[in-house]
Amino acid sequence: MPDDKSQQTENLHHPMEEYLRMDRMPHIWCSSCGLGSILTAFMKGVKQADVDFNKVAVVSGIGCTGRVAGYVKLDSYHTTHGRAIPFATGLKLANRDLTVFVISGDGDLFAIGGNHLIHAARRNVDINVICVNNFIYGMTGGQNAPTTPLEAYSSTAPYGNYEQPFNLVGVAAAAGASYVARWSALHMRRLAESVEEMTKKKGFCFLEVISPCATVFARKNKGGTGLDLLKGYKDRSVINHNANPQEIPLDMNGEIVCGVFINKDRPTFWENVLSGTERKVKKTNLYYHDSKTKF
Amino acid sequence: MRKSDLHGEFFIQGNIACAEAALAAGCRFFGGYPITPASEIAERMAYRLPQLDGVFVQFEDEIASMASILGASWAGAKSMTSSSGPGISLMLENIGLGIMMETPCVIVNVQRGSPSTGLPTSWGQSDMMQARWGSHGDFAVIALCPKSPQEYFDLTVKAFNLSEQYRLPVFVMSDAVVGHMTEKVYIPPVDELEIIERKYTSKKPQDYLPYECEFDAVPDFAKAGDGYRYHTTGLTHDERGYPVMTEECHVKLVNRLINKIKLHADDIIMIEEKDTEDAEVIVVSYGITSRIVFPAIKIMKKKGIKVGYLRLITVWPFPEERIRQLASKVNGFVVVELNMGQVCLEVERCAKNAVTKLVPHPGGGMPQVETITQAIQEVADAR
Ligand SMILES: Cc1ncc(C[n+]2csc(CCOP(=O)(O)OP(=O)(O)O)c2C)c(N)n1
Ligand SMILES: [Mg+2]
Repeated sequence: MPDDKSQQTENLHHPMEEYLRMDRMPHIWCSSCGLGSILTAFMKGVKQADVDFNKVAVVSGIGCTGRVAGYVKLDSYHTTHGRAIPFATGLKLANRDLTVFVISGDGDLFAIGGNHLIHAARRNVDINVICVNNFIYGMTGGQNAPTTPLEAYSSTAPYGNYEQPFNLVGVAAAAGASYVARWSALHMRRLAESVEEMTKKKGFCFLEVISPCATVFARKNKGGTGLDLLKGYKDRSVINHNANPQEIPLDMNGEIVCGVFINKDRPTFWENVLSGTERKVKKTNLYYHDSKTKF
Repeated sequence: MRKSDLHGEFFIQGNIACAEAALAAGCRFFGGYPITPASEIAERMAYRLPQLDGVFVQFEDEIASMASILGASWAGAKSMTSSSGPGISLMLENIGLGIMMETPCVIVNVQRGSPSTGLPTSWGQSDMMQARWGSHGDFAVIALCPKSPQEYFDLTVKAFNLSEQYRLPVFVMSDAVVGHMTEKVYIPPVDELEIIERKYTSKKPQDYLPYECEFDAVPDFAKAGDGYRYHTTGLTHDERGYPVMTEECHVKLVNRLINKIKLHADDIIMIEEKDTEDAEVIVVSYGITSRIVFPAIKIMKKKGIKVGYLRLITVWPFPEERIRQLASKVNGFVVVELNMGQVCLEVERCAKNAVTKLVPHPGGGMPQVETITQAIQEVADAR
């Protein structure tokens, strides 16, 4: 007979256990990292969208966030640094029944993979991108990211960062994304709602999640513990769905404007392919333009 | 899937033959980026794929193109990209990912004069070692070298078959001459072609492990969306596809990735030989170069030297065994290639005591017949 205590632990289940690779736990993320709750919110959102989990795929690049693909019990692909979006584009276009999520870090999606992000948004490929922004390169030990705030310290900015950071929601919106939102790792319910909306929505959807990194970002910037960081992000957060995504860049101490800034309908890449080719293709032959010249 | 219904005898460009071969083999996803002298393949695919319910995407660069064809393959599509030196350089990291994840797909390299931007509109064969070793790490690859538009067609079909059978990216290494020359090409009806499909698992999802197999074998495939909910990664991984950072797991995986090709090399390698059995000198060439060695061979034969001809159709894996066998019987080899000595190094490695003489040319032209005859004479005189 097990004693009370062990019985209790046996009954302790993660609410998302069914959708996680429990045989891979414990995960590699530091305590107080935002990724655990973001992952939970993600799975919750997909569940709320009421889609067949067999038809949901997750593609990640490389980094702490890139490890998400390894923990979800879905068809999941841990690819190369920065290239999750084109991989996901191929996956989605070759099986258009799939719901494809890209979950990766700020460095992965906006530095090395920045070009793919803006072009996927421009094409309005029907994929959903979740960018976990911890303002730093977490996995490699705290180097500067394209999101690191001006004057913040990182291991490659020992005198403080002198580069202007990207405003991620502004970039995604400018490039043509159909859906653009920003939340922090503390906005669990809102996050899940956004994931649900993205799952249901056609076109390129982009979600930025502000996430605490105590191990390298806070340590370099006297940010205290992970909990302190979270509290700070919470206090600085204001929700304003009407904000212009171009006008809400982030810095070290200012407001973190959250919300769903863009939610519009624009023909997707594949819709345009079909409307653009269908009628014309019927008139073509196997060769070029006229069948007499045969090539 | 709608089958390609183009068949018959045509007078077409090599690159068009390549695209048609891909379609005949069942390729329905193409991701690419324009580059001379490969663009005709992308252009042809852009025209033809919509007719066959396939997907064509011109990406923002070759890195994306390569990543996309891996993604498409995991969705179950046969996929292809094509490029030339500069673009292939950009693809290398994701070619490694394709090898590590064991992803069937085809990469066509229409080689031009290199290094760097080199000779965009002219030919070369200087990416042979790049195909072999370009991506970081140890692995085995398959690379096929067509010498004519007809063979470009045949070998592109073959490349798809090999990539499906062995689950890896397979290279078709043509060049600006074969890519742009126009010759007669016979395209058989699709039903008459030998087409090999990757082996899908017959196991139930709960019993399936994505990388479970013997030390020299190819694991059974499951595509996205079929309920298998597997994980795959470029990290060193075990049968479950899970990352495992141990020496044991790494040694096992890297060895299998090599063994699945190396130990089946006999089934993969294709060579063409003429008069090699009693030869004193064997001229080794591949692709377009194999068409320019004949005059030299003829001249030297007339002079009374027994000259054999050996053409590598498969350059990787390299036919080590055959070269070793021949090396024990001949004076030596003359290797003619449009680079400063790449495949020659392999011949040399296997030739042991036989002489190996290189006839190099960096591309943009062809070696003179006299240079080749001279090399044959030198090898005949050696020993
Ligand atoms: C081509 C390449 N360059 C560099 C790296 C090393 N690297 C791994 S993760 C990473 C940065 C990750 O930062 P981010 O995307 O913000 O993810 P995080 O770890 O913060 O979640 C880098 C530079 C790599 N894996 N591949
Ligand atoms: Mg980061």
